[in-house]
Amino acid sequence: MKVWPIARNTFRECVRDKVLYNLVIFAVLIIVSSLILGTITIGDVKQIIINLGLSTISLFGVFIAIFIGIQLVYKEIDKKTVYSLLSKPVARHEFILGKFIGLSITLAVNVAVMILGVYGAVLYLRHSFQAQDSQILLAGILILVELMLVIAIALLFSTFSTPALSALFTFSLYIIGHFNSDIREYGASSESWMTKVVASTTYYLLPNFGNFDIISRTAHGQFISSRVYMLSAAYGLVYSLGLVLVAIWIFQKRDFK
Amino acid sequence: MQQVVILAKGLSKTYRTGFWKTKPVLALDSLSLEVFENEIFGCLGPNGAGKSTTLKLLMSLIYPTAGYAEILGKSVASIEARRLIGYLPESPYFYEYLTAEEFLTYYGSLFGYSKSELKSRVARLLKLTDVFHARKLQLRKFSKGMLQRVGIAQAIINDPKVVFLDEPMSGLDPIGRREIRDLILQLKAEGKTIFFSTHILNDVETLCDRIAILNRGKLIGSGALNKLFAQDVSHIEVVVSGISPEKLRGLVGVEIPVTTNGSTSRLSLSAQAGLTEIIAGIERASGKIVSVNPARQTMEDYFLKLVGKPERQLNPKG
Repeated sequence: MKVWPIARNTFRECVRDKVLYNLVIFAVLIIVSSLILGTITIGDVKQIIINLGLSTISLFGVFIAIFIGIQLVYKEIDKKTVYSLLSKPVARHEFILGKFIGLSITLAVNVAVMILGVYGAVLYLRHSFQAQDSQILLAGILILVELMLVIAIALLFSTFSTPALSALFTFSLYIIGHFNSDIREYGASSESWMTKVVASTTYYLLPNFGNFDIISRTAHGQFISSRVYMLSAAYGLVYSLGLVLVAIWIFQKRDFK
Repeated sequence: MQQVVILAKGLSKTYRTGFWKTKPVLALDSLSLEVFENEIFGCLGPNGAGKSTTLKLLMSLIYPTAGYAEILGKSVASIEARRLIGYLPESPYFYEYLTAEEFLTYYGSLFGYSKSELKSRVARLLKLTDVFHARKLQLRKFSKGMLQRVGIAQAIINDPKVVFLDEPMSGLDPIGRREIRDLILQLKAEGKTIFFSTHILNDVETLCDRIAILNRGKLIGSGALNKLFAQDVSHIEVVVSGISPEKLRGLVGVEIPVTTNGSTSRLSLSAQAGLTEIIAGIERASGKIVSVNPARQTMEDYFLKLVGKPERQLNPKG
């Protein structure tokens, strides 16, 4: 299996391209926020720091997933590195899988370090942990699954499109995906059967990013059942896998002129 | 009977261009060729002749519209075929953020070697291609010649039976070209078969056992070098001094061309012309014979003659 060396090299490329430098910005943001919040005694500062931390993890992650994801395959073709790589005993599907896993690992490291940062800030502000704080970790895992879905979308576009168009498509899908349940509700309330069909097709076909929207509930310390975590994670992973398979199918047929 | 290492039969590639991909462009037109074991085979042609297309088809980087190709009896599309070969793409850009050592280790790991095996292979290749001193340097800091040598190192990391090199000498200075040439000869000495494309005729003359000439996607000539160029003398060049050009023309007749450069004159005699009589005549007229050179058809003459007439079809078996 040649997936692992390719994934490892993709990770190394991200590190050398200084992708993980965003951690420094995150660290500064969390430290400064914690220090400021530490001086405030009114209101739930813990809720604010968790909300801020998780939202930043998601935002930074989406930017990395899109801007590195759209270049994953395109750069290898553009810089002609794919010629020598694919002349080795590497199947094309192994290449795509390796690229996907490599960037997923990069983001996993990124999210893990940031989650540790959020725990550090919570400890600084509250001096102890509560039982529901374990939900921060679960939220982090779900954010990672969401980011993997974004990578899969960007990767799919990068197998046949230019980086600019891929970024546009991926970002559009990410935005639409957040309003997906609104589209379904709109369809359900409409009386036109056409609108109903279009709305429900859109709902089931496009990724539903609303499934991963648990940041505010986590910050408020609301109980989230394990079923929600499991179903959301399964949805994201299955959807990502489907997109990666389509990306492989397109990449298999490509000529490298 | 020599073993056929590379076999192509009716290999064709048509690209579709335009917005709707409807306009066909024929990049390679039913190419058939055989390359034998342990020979250096040159694929020659002007820019856009189909050399890179041929190599990419053999690497299965593009798919043929018609025909098929095999390497050592295995389809070029198979992973097994790629275990037995090495490939240096045209003007390669490798991962510039990797050091030479990391890069070769990465490519070596795609063959599934153990760590210790990989380490010794990489060290051996870094020494062989003379980049060992720069092994810890990122490839972005490498000169073109060094990159080309690293490129050859990655192509032979698996000790392949067949090595494909796409324009390995292009853009290199004379020293760089000499180094690559020596490396290619060393690979042949190790028993490998080398298939390379080039438009530098001198490299073909000094390196190749057999060649194929492509022009506008068609094979227009192929065979062993010594069979392709007439070994017979095409004309004899005589350089003379101490005699005026007018006198010389009067001596040899109007049908023999005479060119003058300062005090020397140059005669271009056909092989049948009476060389002995002409020399005797010049000496009688107190002229001095500076040199007598039998001239053979050069690679360049042959190439230009063929490429100038793309419709000419030679026997592809050579």
